Amino acid sequence: MTLDRRALLASLAAAGAASVLRPLSPAGRGPIVTRPIPSTGEALPVVGLGSWITFNVGDDVDARDSCARVLGAFFQDGGRVIDSSPMYGSSQEVIGYGLAKLRRPSQLFSADKVWISSGARGPSQIEESRRHWGVPRFDLLQVHNLMSWEEHLPTLFAMKKAGRVRYVGVTTSEGRRHADMEKVMRSQPIDFVQVTYNVLDREVEDRILPLARERRIAVICNRPFRRGALIQQVARSPLPPRAGEIDCANWAQMLLKFIASHPAVTCAIPATSRADHVRQNVGAAYGRLPDETMRRRLIAYVQSL
Amino acid sequence: MSEWWTYTLADIQSFSLQTWYRLFELYNRAIWPAHIAAVGAGVWIWFLLRRSDVRRGRVIAAILAGSWLWIAIAFHVARYATLTWSARYYAWGFGLEAGLLLWSGVIRGRIVFERRAAGLAIFLFALVAQPMLGPLFGRSWRQVEVFGVAPDPTAIATLGLLLLATGRVRWELMVLPLLWCAISGATLLSMKAPAAGIPLAADVIVVILALAPRRRNSRKEAR
Repeated sequence: MTLDRRALLASLAAAGAASVLRPLSPAGRGPIVTRPIPSTGEALPVVGLGSWITFNVGDDVDARDSCARVLGAFFQDGGRVIDSSPMYGSSQEVIGYGLAKLRRPSQLFSADKVWISSGARGPSQIEESRRHWGVPRFDLLQVHNLMSWEEHLPTLFAMKKAGRVRYVGVTTSEGRRHADMEKVMRSQPIDFVQVTYNVLDREVEDRILPLARERRIAVICNRPFRRGALIQQVARSPLPPRAGEIDCANWAQMLLKFIASHPAVTCAIPATSRADHVRQNVGAAYGRLPDETMRRRLIAYVQSL
Repeated sequence: MSEWWTYTLADIQSFSLQTWYRLFELYNRAIWPAHIAAVGAGVWIWFLLRRSDVRRGRVIAAILAGSWLWIAIAFHVARYATLTWSARYYAWGFGLEAGLLLWSGVIRGRIVFERRAAGLAIFLFALVAQPMLGPLFGRSWRQVEVFGVAPDPTAIATLGLLLLATGRVRWELMVLPLLWCAISGATLLSMKAPAAGIPLAADVIVVILALAPRRRNSRKEAR
């Protein structure tokens, strides 16, 4: 299907005006959209929260308080999944700071990673991460960027068996090591994979996402906005026509709904340091999602910008 | 890290430009009024360079060694390490440079300064102009980087002073400041910082200026 950009732009006013006149709030949009983790059926909201860069603020108390407000808004609007890594500087400590301020919300689904070349040092790194978060155990532990996965996965599976973590996964980003990821997905009883997926980076649609469905593996999508570059790229352009039909009030929601609408995707994890942005992001987990036709139109539209 | 060659600077950059600026704001607040002593030491260096005091090489090397050691501990270990694990390696590098300056310049007295306009200009740029450029590039005065307590102006000032020095020792002492300027420039570049070009340009200019006399000498020797 070809896209008539002029027609799309012409319908901007209607779509944009509709979204402005009809402010959206979580309370007025029905239940949050969730997806089940295939291995257990546990439901997770389709939008979570990443912490790469945005939560690495060191010991800056003002910035930590700002991050705590982001967490507060995230939980208030129904968010659950928060993802971090030992690679992300002080992000784990800042998450722990925010969770303590919020009195450790019970809906938290904590996702962290092991990121160290030595398999023997994995457990101590995981324990340090757990202390930073201040949680009794992680819900999900992933091998970051598949680093030493052959050594770390047995540790994580043993932890799962002992009840010290609920789910096990592996991650990659920016399209790296997909062949290795496929190998792990085919050979290991993992619950989650984490990959880069957004309206422009869709390599995973070819093999990883279909394989995840086949193997009943949950999928977390990182870099949904290409570290903000994608938002900057589209921000000056009008929302696609019929954005209101899928309850989109802004580009962030449009881009997140695109990701969440893929049937293999469990959740996307945009990162932000602003409470108003996290509310926009979680807002994408409410209302309708685009169908296949609208997905194709959105791809064409963004590519045309 | 597998497929490490596929990683760009942006992939491993784990904090924002705003956080970087705030780091200096909090650091400056914590160490104030050390800046006055640091700038005063820089002015003292400038006066020493204008005099023909035989001890000036040792005094200047001692000031620089103290600055590099201070930054290793007070900046890299105490502050920067809260943002990135790599800061601990930077701290070792700055500590090593302090040790080299102490050994070569203070203990062995092997740093001898000549009058060269280019080296002096680079030193004065780091001492006077670089802090003032911060606000021009969108930073508040509270976030400026000052010679003697902040890594970039200290590294650039050291390079300028080493351009004034004679002998092989200056190359030995230039390696770590050049390396730091490259790392800092790359870090700033990955955050799209407006001032990213300063440490990178300093590297290029210093290397060209440092090589220039040697080329002339080489031609003379060839004849």
